[in-house]
Order: sequence, then C-alpha cells, then structure tokens
Amino acid sequence: MKQFNIVKHRKWFFLLSSLITVAGLIVFAVKGFNLGPDFKSGSRIQMQGSFSTAQVEHIFKDAGVNVSPSEIAYGGTTGNSVTIVRLPEVLTTQQASALTHQWTKTQIDTVDPFAAEVTSHKAVLAVLFASLFIMAYVAIRFEVRFAVSGIVALLHDAFIVMSVFALFRIEVNLLFVTAVLTIVGYSINDTIVIFDRIRENLKLQKPKTLAELEEVTDKSLWQTMRRSINTVTTVLIAAVSLYFFGGPTLHHFTLALIVGLISGAYSSIFIASPLWVAWRSRQLTSAVK
Amino acid sequence: MKWIRIFWLLLVAASIVGVTVGTSAGLWKHTKLGLDLRGGYDLVYQIDSQGQALTASDKQAVLTAVQLRVDAAGIGSPNIQLEDQNRIDVQLAGTYSAQQANRIIGQTSQLGMYASAKVKTENGQLLPYTPQNAAIPNSTIVPSGPALVTGKDLKSNASYQQDPQRGDVVAVTFKNPGEWQFITTRYLGKTIYTFLGSQMINSARVTQITPNGQTEITGMTPQQCVLLAKELNAGALPYPLHLVSSTTVGPSLGALSLQTTMRAGLVALVLIFAFMMFVYRTAGVIANLSLIAYGYISLALFSGLGIVLTLPGLAALVLGIGMAVDANIISYERVIDELNSGKSLMSSVIAGNRRALRTIVDSNVTTFVAGIVMYMVGQGDIKGFAMALMLSVATSFLTSVFLSRTMLLQLAKTKILHSSVWFGFGKRRLQTR
Repeated sequence: MKQFNIVKHRKWFFLLSSLITVAGLIVFAVKGFNLGPDFKSGSRIQMQGSFSTAQVEHIFKDAGVNVSPSEIAYGGTTGNSVTIVRLPEVLTTQQASALTHQWTKTQIDTVDPFAAEVTSHKAVLAVLFASLFIMAYVAIRFEVRFAVSGIVALLHDAFIVMSVFALFRIEVNLLFVTAVLTIVGYSINDTIVIFDRIRENLKLQKPKTLAELEEVTDKSLWQTMRRSINTVTTVLIAAVSLYFFGGPTLHHFTLALIVGLISGAYSSIFIASPLWVAWRSRQLTSAVK
Repeated sequence: MKWIRIFWLLLVAASIVGVTVGTSAGLWKHTKLGLDLRGGYDLVYQIDSQGQALTASDKQAVLTAVQLRVDAAGIGSPNIQLEDQNRIDVQLAGTYSAQQANRIIGQTSQLGMYASAKVKTENGQLLPYTPQNAAIPNSTIVPSGPALVTGKDLKSNASYQQDPQRGDVVAVTFKNPGEWQFITTRYLGKTIYTFLGSQMINSARVTQITPNGQTEITGMTPQQCVLLAKELNAGALPYPLHLVSSTTVGPSLGALSLQTTMRAGLVALVLIFAFMMFVYRTAGVIANLSLIAYGYISLALFSGLGIVLTLPGLAALVLGIGMAVDANIISYERVIDELNSGKSLMSSVIAGNRRALRTIVDSNVTTFVAGIVMYMVGQGDIKGFAMALMLSVATSFLTSVFLSRTMLLQLAKTKILHSSVWFGFGKRRLQTR
C-alpha cells in the first residue's frame, strides 16, 4: 500500500489553515467575543430548568430586579435545559440571596468592571507565558526550529478554538481560558511525540536532499499515526462524554476542548512537522552550495 | 516459575481493584468539595489601601480581621485566602444569607461619628441637615467633615442591651476614654451623627461629659443592634474592602453538577476501557489497571493534601485519564514496532519501553510546564484546574510508566502469550524466549 505523502502536499494544509485563520481574524475584527461576566462587568444568572419569559420576570420581580425579554437566553443539552439571564448591572448580594433562596438550582456570578479588566489581562498573560515557557523547554530539549514550529501549531489551535467561539457567538468565560490552556498543553504534547520520532529517525538516516528530508519526516509521521489517532480518540471520548453527560456549567468548556483536541491532532501532523521541513530544507540547500 | 509470575500478576491486579473498591468511598468522604459542587458563596474583595502599598503585616491584619468576622458570624469552615496581593477571596459554604455575610465581612469598619451631616438632594445639591431637608424625596444624608471617631476606636466588648429610657441600644466602650471625654466636652449640647456605611443610623445630642469612655448607640432595630455589636467586636478592618465579584451557587445546583460530572466521568471511563481492550487486548487490560490506580491515587492525593475539588478540577482529572492513556499507547506502539522488527516478546517489551520513556518524559514535562504557568498566572478556578492538571500529569506518569511497564514485563516473563493477537496486531507466532 502506498502511503499518502503528507509533507509533499504541505502547501495545501498551510493554505487551509491560513484560510481558517484569516476567516477567524475577520470574525474577530467584525464581531469580537461574546464575553461572559468574567470579562465584562455585570451579572449572569443561570437557572436549571426552562422558564417562560413571564416566569423569569416574575421570579426576578420578587427579588427586586427588572428583566427585559432580550436579556433572557436558553441553553444546555437535551433533558436538562438551562435558562440564562444576563444583566448589565451588578446584582447586590441582597438580590442574589433572594434569588438563590427562591430557586435553589441557581448560579449567580457578578463581577465589577475593575475585576473584569484584571481577569482578562491575566487570561492573555497566561496563554503567552505558557507558550513562552513551553518554547524554551522544547528549544533546550530539541532545537529552536522544532520549538518555533510547535508553537506555531499550538497558537494555530488556540486561535481556531477562539475563532469558532467568536463565529458562533458562544459565551466566553474563565473556564474557556482554562480550556484553551489545556489545548495548548495537549497540542504541544502531541506534537512533541512526533518530533521525537523525527529526531530519532534523523539519527539513523541523515537526509542530504529535500526529497530525503521529506521522506524521513513522512516515515516518522506514519510510524506514529496509529498512536496519534488512538490517543486523540481516547481523549475525545473523555471530552465528548463530559459534553453530553456533564453538567451545563461545563458545556462551553468541553465544546472548546473538543474543537481544540481535533485541531491539535490535525496541526501536530499536518502543520507542525511540514513547517519544520520547510524551514529545515532552507538550511539543507544552503549547506549543499 | 511461570505459575508464580501469573499468580503475582493476578494478585497485583486484584489488590489494585480491591483497594480501590474498598477504600475510595472513605477517601471520597474526606475530599473537600468546592462551592460549585455543593453550593455556597464565593466573594472576592479588593483591599482599598488608598494607593498605598500593602506590607505583609497589613495583609495579615486584613486576613485576620476577615477571619474574626466570619467566625463571629458563626459561619462554619470558611476558606479565606489572599489573592493577587490586594484581593481577598472568601468562600462560604452553606445556605445562610449572602447579604448578611457580605455585611459582616466588608462593611463594618465604616462605623463613624461625625460632627455634622448634610442632605444631598437628587440633583447633587448639598443642604444643611434638618428634619425637613432630610424628608425631601430621593435625598440621601451624607456625613460632612472628618470622622470624630470610627469603629477602630472601640473596644471589642460591644453588646446589645435594652435601655429603660432609650430602648434598643448597642453599648460600646472607647479604647481611649480621654479622647471620648475630650469629644463630649467639645460637643456638649451639640448633635453627633452616627453613620454605618453610607447610612445614618442616628443623630444624638451630647448631654453630658463622659469620662469613662462608655456610651450607647441608638436608633436601630433589635436585629440591627445584635449584628452591629457582633461586627464591632470582630475588630476593625485596617482598610475598607470592596466587593468586586461574587458567585452564588444554589445547593441543589451544586449537587446536580457533581452528579452529572461524575456520571460523565464514569461513561468516559467505561468507553475508554472498552476501547483499550479492543485495540491492545492484554496490554489494554494492563493499561486499564494502571488507569484505575491513576484514579485512586489522584483521589487519595486530593483527600490527603486537602485540596478543594472543584468542577474544573474534576474536568481536569477526567481529562487526565486521556493523558494517562497516551503514555500507555506510546509504549505499546513502540513494543509493537519492536515485535514487527522480529524481536522476541521480552526484548520488544524492554526496548519498546526504553524508547517510549524519553518521549513520555518530554511530552509530560511540557504539559506540566503549562500547568505551572497556569497556576502562577491564573487565579481562582484556573488555579484549581492547574493544580489538578499537575497532579494528574504526575500521577499518570507514575502509574502508566512504572506500574504498566512492570506488569507488562512480568506478563512477558510468564511466556504464556504465544501469538501477536494478544497484543492487538497481526496473527503471528511470538518468540517467547
């Protein structure tokens, strides 16, 4: 059986990812994120169960809060529907108490503007710092080219998840940041296993031409293919189970994970390694001359 | 020799399953659950130091004061911690009123007595305080000038009393009787206005010079008096606190979240077990045993170290299962590679594991590094998640490398497996020696 030559067709994968990335950038520029109260001041009240607008208005009126129909949203998977009310104002603890007292299956989050700003700064910092430290580690253990290619693939995954959330207007909260950071960890984990195999094969066979370099990389990719597929399958089993059977609080978190895990598995094979070949081959030709 | 090895393998397998089934319920009981899993209040306060840098002793003083306050209110097992240099995170489990908790924690030090008060009308106009002006609709009474005394100046012996003439009062004693004597001398015959937070609770004419530092605050309901006495006794806050964010989780929602997440974890576990046994056969069974050990050790660590298990933490643990599986898969794929190259089972297991180890170390360390960064940069939920992630990476490394490889090696040594079918690839006779 002749195996598909992944590295040779790299420009198509680069093109595909670039298109998705550009599309994501446009969505960001036009729409931005649908920010939850973790990043935008205000209150978010999540109630287990499906309520009509009139019922919601009644429940809130008793607690001394006025709700307009546009502030009510519904979500959740089948079976356990969720009613979400988002208010631009910060509920007082008195109002929050009254609501929880009335309806015990409630989660209320309030954040004031200052705290929201600090939190969003920290979230961006966390992603940048995590990437930086991972890059440093890979550069030390492998080489700079591997580190940079791996980080590009990793940021690609984080970006795709963010694009999907921006495009479909899914609410972004602190748990979403946790998901992105997990994806960052998984993506680099996955990429490193493949890089490790390339490094090992390079020791056995020193490529002198671009064709040879492509061949070694392709061989490494196919040698680790079963492992790549089996691993992402098991992690996806965990994420998909959480999505379908876990509570509504984890819903967006697991959705981000699922998108990111698929993207992570894809980018490790089709982006990170071909990228490394493209970079490495430059040095190859200059060395020959 | 062969039978002894098989016996030992079965014994290890039985003890992993036995210990887990036998003691995990007990461990679970000792595991601290986060508020998102059992309901409660998470209140975050900003320490308002008026632009000054807080010293370590300042922070400690604020923490102690908050602790005292929460204890005085009779709220059990609070979790109070300093975050981010100038924030205090107070987590309270239970079903009492968050409003009451917030008042007790944050608003106390704002007791102040002022020499004059003004009436602020709706359009921001300040009028002198008179009963007529105070009755203007939508107006508020605000203190004017610096406070003569504040809650800080009081001893911690305030008590609610019923005075025959004045009704419900809070009896208080000043730390420095001389100062109070000076104030009562200076303002004799004049009115002093007492504010609690932004609300005026009473205005009273000073009728006598008080030398012993004792006085009474009037103008409140019996409930308010009891609360104020408690608040004053809990000690003054060195700096005002502002509530910046709060999360309130109803107790039944917390229980529901826990239940659904546990069920999801169980479904995931069963599916992963089936997948591993289908793909890797005997090696899959070994992987599953090490997964059980992973789950058990994680639970023991949470319980033993007293780490609070939150919803994101639980998610990290379920995700950690997938990461533990990865290490097993890497090893088995390597072993299969070696078998394919025609080596015997024994040397394949040894060589495969050795080659896989470096990969596993590198991939685990990178994820661990991400965990450390999250722990240091993040806060609240992210910190909890990072902690669970680091624990699960470390635990999965131990179980999937040491436990799995030892068991696989012992299995190879028993020499009972003669076909590659047992490892989920091809249908070849294996060289067992």
